[in-house]
Amino acid sequence: MLGPGARSGISALPEVAWRRHARPQQCPARGARAPGVAMTSELDIFVGNTTLIDEDVYRLWLDGYSVTDAVALRVRSGILEQTGATAAVLQSDTMDHYRTFHMLERLLHAPPKLLHQLIFQIPPSRQALLIERYYAFDEAFVREVLGKKLSKGTKKDLDDISTKTGITLKSCRRQFDNFKRVFKVVEEMRGSLVDNIQQHFLLSDRLARDYAAIVFFANNRFETGKKKLQYLSFGDFAFCAELMIQNWTLGAVDSQMDDMDMDLDKEFLQDLKELKVLVADKDLLDLHKSLVCTALRGKLGVFSEMEANFKNLSRGLVNVAAKLTHNKDVRDLFVDLVEKFVEPCRSDHWPLSDVRFFLNQYSASVHSLDGFRHQTLWDRYMGTLHGCLLRLYHD
Amino acid sequence: MPGKLKVKIVAGRHLPVMDRASDLTDAFVEVKFGNTTFKTDVYLKSLNPQWNSEWFKFEVDDEDLQDEPLQITVLDHDTYSANDAIGKVYIDIDPLLYSEAATVISGWFPIYDTIHGIRGEINVVVKVDLFNDLNRFRQSSCGVKFFCTTSIPKCYRAVIIHGFVEELVVNEDPEYQWIDRIRTPRASNEARQRLISLMSGELQRKIGLKVLEMRGNAVVGYLQCFDLEGESGLVVRAIGTACTLDKLSSPAAFLPACNSPSKEMKESPLVHPPSHGCRSTHNSPIHTATGSRLTQNFSVSVPTLIYTGMGSGSAGKEGGPFKALLRQQTQSALEQREFPFFTLTAFPPGFLVHVGGVVSARSVKLLDRIHNPDEPETRDAWWAEIRQEIKSHAKALGCHAVVGYSESTSICEEVCILSASGTAAVLNPRFLQDGTVEGCLEQRLEENLPTRCGFCHIPYDELNMPFPAHLTYCYNCRKQKVPDVLFTTIDLPTDATVIGKGCLIQARLCRLKKKAQAEANATAISNLLPFMEYEVHTQLMNKLKLKGMNALFGLRIQITVGENMLMGLASATGVYLAALPTPGGIQIAGKTPNDGSYEQHISHMQKKINDTIAKNKELYEISPPEISEEIIGSPIPEPRQRSRLLRSQSESSDEVTELDLSHGKKDAFVLEIDDTDAMEDVHSLLTDVPPPSGFYSCNTEIMPGINNWTSEIQMFTSVRVIRLSSLNLTNQALNKNFNDLCENLLKSLYFKLRSMIPCCLCHVNFTVSLPEDELIQVTVTAVAITFDKNQALQTTKTHVEKSLQRASTDNEELLQFPLELCSDSLSSHPLPPAKAVTVEKASPVGDGNFRNRSAPPCANSTVGVVKMTPLSFIPGAKITKYLGIINMFFIRETTSLREEGGVSGFLHAFIAEVFAMVRAHVAALGGNAVVSYIMKQCVFMENPNKNQAQCLINVSGDAVVFVRESDLEVVSTQQPTANCQSSCTEGEVTT
Repeated sequence: MLGPGARSGISALPEVAWRRHARPQQCPARGARAPGVAMTSELDIFVGNTTLIDEDVYRLWLDGYSVTDAVALRVRSGILEQTGATAAVLQSDTMDHYRTFHMLERLLHAPPKLLHQLIFQIPPSRQALLIERYYAFDEAFVREVLGKKLSKGTKKDLDDISTKTGITLKSCRRQFDNFKRVFKVVEEMRGSLVDNIQQHFLLSDRLARDYAAIVFFANNRFETGKKKLQYLSFGDFAFCAELMIQNWTLGAVDSQMDDMDMDLDKEFLQDLKELKVLVADKDLLDLHKSLVCTALRGKLGVFSEMEANFKNLSRGLVNVAAKLTHNKDVRDLFVDLVEKFVEPCRSDHWPLSDVRFFLNQYSASVHSLDGFRHQTLWDRYMGTLHGCLLRLYHD
Repeated sequence: MPGKLKVKIVAGRHLPVMDRASDLTDAFVEVKFGNTTFKTDVYLKSLNPQWNSEWFKFEVDDEDLQDEPLQITVLDHDTYSANDAIGKVYIDIDPLLYSEAATVISGWFPIYDTIHGIRGEINVVVKVDLFNDLNRFRQSSCGVKFFCTTSIPKCYRAVIIHGFVEELVVNEDPEYQWIDRIRTPRASNEARQRLISLMSGELQRKIGLKVLEMRGNAVVGYLQCFDLEGESGLVVRAIGTACTLDKLSSPAAFLPACNSPSKEMKESPLVHPPSHGCRSTHNSPIHTATGSRLTQNFSVSVPTLIYTGMGSGSAGKEGGPFKALLRQQTQSALEQREFPFFTLTAFPPGFLVHVGGVVSARSVKLLDRIHNPDEPETRDAWWAEIRQEIKSHAKALGCHAVVGYSESTSICEEVCILSASGTAAVLNPRFLQDGTVEGCLEQRLEENLPTRCGFCHIPYDELNMPFPAHLTYCYNCRKQKVPDVLFTTIDLPTDATVIGKGCLIQARLCRLKKKAQAEANATAISNLLPFMEYEVHTQLMNKLKLKGMNALFGLRIQITVGENMLMGLASATGVYLAALPTPGGIQIAGKTPNDGSYEQHISHMQKKINDTIAKNKELYEISPPEISEEIIGSPIPEPRQRSRLLRSQSESSDEVTELDLSHGKKDAFVLEIDDTDAMEDVHSLLTDVPPPSGFYSCNTEIMPGINNWTSEIQMFTSVRVIRLSSLNLTNQALNKNFNDLCENLLKSLYFKLRSMIPCCLCHVNFTVSLPEDELIQVTVTAVAITFDKNQALQTTKTHVEKSLQRASTDNEELLQFPLELCSDSLSSHPLPPAKAVTVEKASPVGDGNFRNRSAPPCANSTVGVVKMTPLSFIPGAKITKYLGIINMFFIRETTSLREEGGVSGFLHAFIAEVFAMVRAHVAALGGNAVVSYIMKQCVFMENPNKNQAQCLINVSGDAVVFVRESDLEVVSTQQPTANCQSSCTEGEVTT
């Protein structure tokens, strides 16, 4: 890439020489030739003015299959019978597409480039498809890396992930690199995270939201891999991430900050300590309990269990808030939520509707606690947690 | 000082990182024209610099304007060392030099480097102010329009078709100059690109001068080629057809004009087919022209064939008295011309009167260093010789002109085969020149209009035929004689009646040859050539019969010479012409009739062949109306003579009699199986697989029998190189390999384009080259066009008729318009609906509208779509403006072949880049399509051991603006006023 200056006149001499004697000295045999076959294909290309994109082959390529495997899979799909083509034709076609995708990959790393480039003439709908599919990811894969640091160290673990999930290493690498690339680009950007991702990667709204969640989780390093969290899907986490981005980040208060959607609002986390009074002050705790119990009596199937557990549950939820000043505890947020709330409720077989009733009443009745001064803080905290817990509460 | 060139450098984008430390680039631009250079400021630390420069002004001669390309170099500024070049853009400013073409070139151009390929883009604006120059002795030919299209361009009408223009310029190839030993490959490549650009500019200017001399204003069917002769130099040569064209800007003008020829034909005696009495021909199918000539240059003129398609009689009947022909010449206008040749392949109605058949000539030359580039006489003389030969072949067929004419070369080391071919024809002189109308051809009055079958009628004297042939009365008009088979190099005339659909027919052939030096080599090649021609012809004939068809259009035979072999590849589109007799079948005859099992085998083969013919007839929907002999009712003049087809090795007459088995069919072809070779041939005949259902293919502009095209098109280039194992190759093995290569390539295309079904591959163009001893390279360029299966053919026909009717009524009122032919008048019968609708919706669309429509893509964020097609039209759209010729030459080289994905990756990327650069230039001219696109050269060399490869590509075409028919309707309602005014002024400028 250093340009012509790097090449001196002298160093060019050998290259000039080959042109003059363009005939190579009897090329060494390329691989063993089958006896009786007198020709081997040296070069085989197809270039259309409009770049041909075969969706099926694209999928195979994205899934990280080698040309040989892709050909085998295509043969199995019955395409030869449908079209009357031969295996050789399929091989050549697959190679062509793979080459095209390989050339496009560089552009897909910065999707706006794909729109502005002149080399491949691709209709807009096809461009969108190329980008969307390239940035799509496997649920199994994302669950493995969600909340992990997107650094090289993790990349070495890709081998293990590949073995564990059955996703090819190549595909794992692409997905991981996508996460990392998006992360790097939007890391220090102002404005809404989703908008930034959409603008720089031209993804659909749905996919951009997913990426926002991935970036948010990676940035805050939330633990998602613990065994007790295995029952949660990526969707569950993404849902929580969206709520947290909306309410708990800097962007929730000031829309002109760098990193606004990525980092949690430190001040807010600091303030959360104030909530501790809800469980530390015995009178307040009792009052809170009685308010909730009065309101829910007769409406809850699991009333007695709730009544018995109220203090534990409330302590759990408030302590989670109070601990969020420490990075380590932020990372364990989901572990804590599951341990302190989801699991106790689940063990008492609370139905989801009861959880909802409880959480509604639990958050609302705080407003009636006269001695409590941090109503807004409580709402900012509990509003989000409420949504998250409901989403997290399933088998 | 007749011109001022103004250039503005606006911005760059996607530049490569040139400074690794900062990951940025300090870019500036050098703008060079002739010997003047300007520079922009350095735009620091950006990959998307905004130079927004002042206007750089060059005051130059128009001669330079024509010859020189504008050269834009993007560099990275380096304080301490030499500035690094990022890449270059060459802009041909020729399109700005004629009044009707582009007025400004403005847009994003890919920045191209011969080592790294495309590296970002640059936005440039170019304008030219031309001062009026009335100097008659000027050396420039500004204003002459050039078209690659081999028919009258769609928005013009031909006033006069003047005829053949040719020119060539030679120079030393920079790659072989001493300085090349000390400069970088990049410098060498750039010197070559620049030189070729200069030479083609010069060539075009010189051709333009010739056109002005002939009082024309345009060159149609312009074909420019490069001969890379290696040590002996670089030749750039071009041929074309000089015309006087008038622009049809106002549709009101062209509607009646379009109909006028037929009207005029009714009245004018001139257009009637000339009588046959005034012609005499006598010739044999094989001319052994002069033998080897040894002048200061070694040269062998090769015995050449005339393909009329008349069931090629056996060779051996050597040429009749050649000069006898020359004595009895028709006094045609054309014969005053040196070479009555036309590079056109499609003609205005009434232009083509009769077609004789294909004429071709080849000559083998030994290359010699061009000593004085200013005097290219040697090369000129070579071509003159060949053209002379073509001319005399045409005369032998009773024709005074050659249409669909083209020239080509094949070079291997110091040996060069020059080839020329065309179709001998009798033309209507009305279009040729003013003075020639009187007293040229003896006219015979016939009451009917030029019939649809007219061009099939033989131009030669049936009693004095140039070769043994089988004639019948025309199956259409029953008045004139027609041959049983017709071969031509032109497109199917639009008014011809075809039964069923057509198909691509190829003959493929390889011949091994011993490696030899110089004269021995040339002699060996010239000895082989006649046999190859003969066999190619045989194959074509057999395959045509096998398809149940009787005529070939667009025939192109390419003979390629390599170190140790010769390759022949003939492509054509077979059709069933209603005017010609039903082709007979193919009969197989064995040589050893006593062997029972052999007989059985033969009859088995015969059955297979008959089955194939039947199947093909069904496939291509060939079901001619049954006509009994009685109705044709003609005493066939000659004693029935069965055409025989023999292998060239077995031409002794003894065998002929032995073989004269009486088969029922009157003109059955006999395939004699006398050895295993012949067996192979029969097998290979049957191995050609028809395209999968829903696919058709042809090498002509449009597929006969399909006329309901939809607007989806996909132009593509496919390249394959195979390596042959050098171990005891035989001709047979070689043939099989070559055949497989071509067949597999076609199969791959069908597979790749399967999503377009129903579709037709049009203008399929195969090029064969032999880059090394054991390498065969086949390059295919074609366009796939979808068509609507359901849309009834009938509706379009009535469509046309209606619109024509309407047009003719309009005609009465609009007689002030010149009654001349126009290209749109092609809309006479089996037409794609595109043209039909054009006539119907013909709307007054001013240029202003198109400017908006084809707004420079740079304005939007998305890149505008530029269509590319080898055809002269775009289905479902109307071409409203020709912006100028695109003629580009690129070299790409790599020293990191493996890293770029091997040979396939390298070439794939390069071809994609070439397409991109063509599209960018068209878009910058304000166009949205390239028509008549052709990749004339794709020379690929590799040295995998050294991880190196190099490729040269030359492409050309016409940049145009087209408007979708649907859009056109909208525009016409919005803007009902005709811009007659502007069209009138433009007309004056052009004449």
